[in-house]
Amino acid sequence: MSEVQDKSAHMTRAIPAPVVNVETQPFWDAAKEGRFLIKRCTPCGKAHWYPRAICPFCMSAETVWEESPGEGVIYTYSVMHRSPTGPYAIGYVTLNEGPAVLTNFVGVAPDGLSIGMKVKVKFQDTEGGPPVPVFAPA
Amino acid sequence: MSIKGKAYIMGAFEHPTRDAPDKSTPQLHAECAIGALADAGLSHDDIDGYFCAGDAPGFGGLSMVDYMGLKNVRHLDSTETGGSSYLLHVGHAAQAIAEGKCSVALITLAGRPRQARGGGGRGGGGEPAPEAGFENIYGGSTHNTYGMCAMRHMYEYGTTSEQLAWIKVAASHHAQWNEHAFLKDVVTVEQVVNSRMIADPLHLLDCCVVTDGGGALLVVSPEVAKSLNRPKVKIMGAGEAPKGPRGGLDLDLTHSGAVWSGPRAFEEAGVKPADIKYASIYDSFTITVLMQLEDLGFCEKGQGGKFVSDGNLISGVGKLPFNTDGGGLCNNHPTNRGGITKVIEAVRQLRGEAHPKVQVPNCDLAIAHGTGGSLGTRHGSATVIMEREG
Repeated sequence: MSEVQDKSAHMTRAIPAPVVNVETQPFWDAAKEGRFLIKRCTPCGKAHWYPRAICPFCMSAETVWEESPGEGVIYTYSVMHRSPTGPYAIGYVTLNEGPAVLTNFVGVAPDGLSIGMKVKVKFQDTEGGPPVPVFAPA
Repeated sequence: MSIKGKAYIMGAFEHPTRDAPDKSTPQLHAECAIGALADAGLSHDDIDGYFCAGDAPGFGGLSMVDYMGLKNVRHLDSTETGGSSYLLHVGHAAQAIAEGKCSVALITLAGRPRQARGGGGRGGGGEPAPEAGFENIYGGSTHNTYGMCAMRHMYEYGTTSEQLAWIKVAASHHAQWNEHAFLKDVVTVEQVVNSRMIADPLHLLDCCVVTDGGGALLVVSPEVAKSLNRPKVKIMGAGEAPKGPRGGLDLDLTHSGAVWSGPRAFEEAGVKPADIKYASIYDSFTITVLMQLEDLGFCEKGQGGKFVSDGNLISGVGKLPFNTDGGGLCNNHPTNRGGITKVIEAVRQLRGEAHPKVQVPNCDLAIAHGTGGSLGTRHGSATVIMEREG
């Protein structure tokens, strides 16, 4: 049970297969190769997340995939204790490129997170789908 | 065009059940409609507008109009913003009435989440949400997405768990007088902060209840209102606003859409926060209340923790009596959607029909405000300001 788990243990959580569609297929293809892609709009120059075909800032269809090192800082987080498989952390990372990304934090104990902490992307296997981005302390 | 004074809430009913293994969801909707009609003194055939949201089964409005046998409906609206839907419906009903599209608008909500856990509210459409592939995989729930808001609020403004606990304490003081309340025990700050941690930094007692049940409202034209023998609750102003991370550059988890819907409603009503005698504030979690009070202008941004402390939200004790039915934190959060009960308790207060122990003296101006979806991802915010006439 989560209540009795060793507090120093790193959090892990089984992640289900993500919904993949024609608009986001390139992201998942790159994920299989361990590459983290974001989308950037050519006319307005802004990067956004989650990736879309149409820029959410200027509605241009001229958006391009860009490989990102997946580095940033924790904006906020919450450790979920009401979980039959043990505590896990959800939170947002503000990427160095600007956009905030919702994710799980791994490779860290439940009491080891803090706002402002530097983190870096890694990929975690899912149940029957492509791997998904999660973040660990940099 | 303004809706100010163009429509009245003349019927309001909160279903007394909190656990309904023996009733269907459409049945609960219909029972709520019957209750609101009886309250107003109107009949089934008077209804010519119908409003419902994602909790309505099957084809939503179409299924429910047919189920209830409403034969005179000429205006249908199924705007879906989660738990705040019904607050938007009040504003939309007033607009429809002001434009002559209907004269008696019924709004219903009902559901049975206690019977099938996880089968509560739903969004619209059959396709997955566009963000699903990038968000739904991370174990986000209402608890931990609101937990993220509370964590950030504490970081930016120094808000404490003890301050958040005061919101639950105030709700529990009110719920003790509500015979239907799911939780009737008065709790202390210590009990809240010592309750089990659910999602950092929110404890069990920072969370609302899960209840079956429902409610209904009747929004009517001035002519219909005049013909009825009930105190008149006039709709003075309404505002709504969606808010989300918008490409990840607008993520701001310490503000809610109330920063936009609130000023719109206050401006239309021609009043200001200091004029409000009673506030129904959506309370899915304690942090929900704190952020919305700040964003509506009841205190400065970041000062919500101080504002809610020391019983300031308790009727007869503090400056801003809130959720005098016990709110979602103690009384009722039917089918995980608390918007309609917010309006219902505001109507009780304006009519002078709240429990005597929590009735606000001379309560002539009230606000009902809510958030649907999640403050931690994307949400719909809605504000309604109401006045007692006469």
